[in-house]
Order: sequence, then C-alpha cells, then structure tokens
Amino acid sequence: MMQRTMQVLSATLCALLLAFPARAAIESYDFETAEQEAAYTRLIAELRCLVCQNQNLADSNAGLAQDLRREVHEMLTSGQSADQVVDFMVARYGDFVLYRPPVQSNTMLLWGGPFALLGLGLLVLILFLRRRGRDTAPNIDEQQLAQVRELLNDAQDSAEPPKK
Amino acid sequence: MGRFLLPLAGFALLAVLLGIGLTLDPREVPSPLIDKPAPDFTLPQLHDAEQTIGTADMRGEVWLLNVWASWCVACRQEHPYLVELGKRDLLPMVGLNYKDKRNDALGWLRNFENPYNVSASDLDGRVGIDWGVYGVPETFIIDKRGTIRMKHIGPLTPKVIEQELLPLVEQLQGEAA
Repeated sequence: MMQRTMQVLSATLCALLLAFPARAAIESYDFETAEQEAAYTRLIAELRCLVCQNQNLADSNAGLAQDLRREVHEMLTSGQSADQVVDFMVARYGDFVLYRPPVQSNTMLLWGGPFALLGLGLLVLILFLRRRGRDTAPNIDEQQLAQVRELLNDAQDSAEPPKK
Repeated sequence: MGRFLLPLAGFALLAVLLGIGLTLDPREVPSPLIDKPAPDFTLPQLHDAEQTIGTADMRGEVWLLNVWASWCVACRQEHPYLVELGKRDLLPMVGLNYKDKRNDALGWLRNFENPYNVSASDLDGRVGIDWGVYGVPETFIIDKRGTIRMKHIGPLTPKVIEQELLPLVEQLQGEAA
C-alpha cells in the first residue's frame, strides 16, 4: 500500500517536472541575429498598442498587439530595418503609435514645453529671491543702529557665564 | 489686489486647458490614411471563397468599407443603421469581415440581415493592419479615384450617417472619376 502511494507520488512529481517547460505565457519568436532580437525588443517597447492605449505592444495582450508583434518579427527577420518597421506603423496608425514622438512642428510644444516651463520657473525664482533680498534689508538710520549695538552689548555682558 | 492677478490668470489658463482636454476623445486617433490611396487588397469573398473582392473591383465608384466581426459587440449596435443605409441603395457597401471565423460570420449575417453588397474575408487581419484598423467597427468612405476620404471609428450612429457620411458621399459622387 505504502509502496503504491510512493509510486503514484513520484510519478506525479515527474509529470510536474516535465510540464514546466511548456508553460510559455506569450508567443516566442526566433531570430537569426542578436541585433534583430534587440531591435524587436526595443520596438515592441516603443510602439503603442492602439486597443489599450496606455500599453505598449510588449505589455498588451490584445489580439491586435499579437498581430503587430508578429508583423514586427516578420519584417525584421525578412531583413528590414527598425526604421522601416516604424515607418510601416506610422503610415497606418499615425505618430500616435510612437511612445517617443519625433521632433517636428506639431510636437514642438511637447518637446520644448517642459524646458520652457523650467525656464519660467527659474525666472520667477530669481525675481522672487531678488525682491526678498531687497525687502529684508534693514531700513534703519544711524541712531537706531547705535541703540541696537548698545542693547546687544548689554545682552552679551549679562549672558556671560559666571567665572569659576 | 495686484498680487492675486497673476496666480488667478494662471489658474484660469489651466482651467481652460483642462476643460478643452475633457472634450477630446483619446480613442479618436486621427488616421494618417485620410486623403491617401486606399491600401490595395484582394480577398476571398465571405459567401463564396472561390471568388475574390478587392479595391480594384471598386475603382470608379464611391464606396463604403465597413469593418465588422461576429465577435464585435458594437457591430450589433450599428447594424440596424447599416441595414437601413443599405436599403436606400445610395452607394455600394463592402464588408471587411475582420479576424472572424467563416461560419460564425455567415451565421451572424443570417441571423441579423446582411447589409453588405459583398463581404471580404480577412481571417488573419492583415488587410485590417494595412488599413490601420484598431477598433472594430470602423467605416471608410473611398472616392472614385480610390482615395480614402473619411474614416469613422466605432459604431455608426444616425447622426454621423446623416450629417457627415451622406453629405460627403453626395459631394464625392459629383466629382469626376
């Protein structure tokens, strides 16, 4: 009886071990060169999935994303360059598919905006600091200054620790 | 008083910009294919795989291409409007059956009514990719010269048909081939 249980148990364990390599979650592609594979990985990370718009092709499980990954793979392995793949996508879906949009007239605000805001912020900061510097300069005459000195001296004398 | 003016102006500007942002629909991606030649395709017909249908067959006509699938819920929504449009016989309507199974697609048309003059079978979705399809249903209007003139993403509504689609079709049908 005991032996029988052990047999079943070890058979189950073996089956589990064998089952492991088969648990591929996402389609895997073969490439001829390491460059192609690197280009593939970079492209699917930079191209947007149009169905679930805040995911890239690599993350998305949508049917269209699968098809587009297949398309990217086929184009690369047939010898086309990464730029050609990008052109292919832009021709069909527009600049919106690019997570890294090109610098052109209608994306100037997008690319330049943050720097413009940074410059504006610095300008405001400088103006603010200069004005505060002026405001805090003491506005007192000589007589008041003498009084202040006297008071400070008094305070210093009385604050001196008693001698041993 | 003066020192509140600048922050107030900044707030007003931000509010206006965010307000404009709220009215935009991020799903409406402007298609780069508008005013470009329609991507060529030749596909087997859904009802008779021996025969083909393609862009070449439609040259010289103003036609409508509607991308649909039996698995597409929103296609059910626009379906009655397409049927109605088909009955008016204003322009040839071609269906692009996108990433579907032939039997499912044929069953769908049998069950609900077939608004199309002919449907093309794009079983693996490659023609869909060429046409930049990403959200079924999508509707294209192609002019006599084979140029895409309009793309509507999502289900057609009577408003879109009456106010955008039909006026454009009428204008295009008046143009020379």
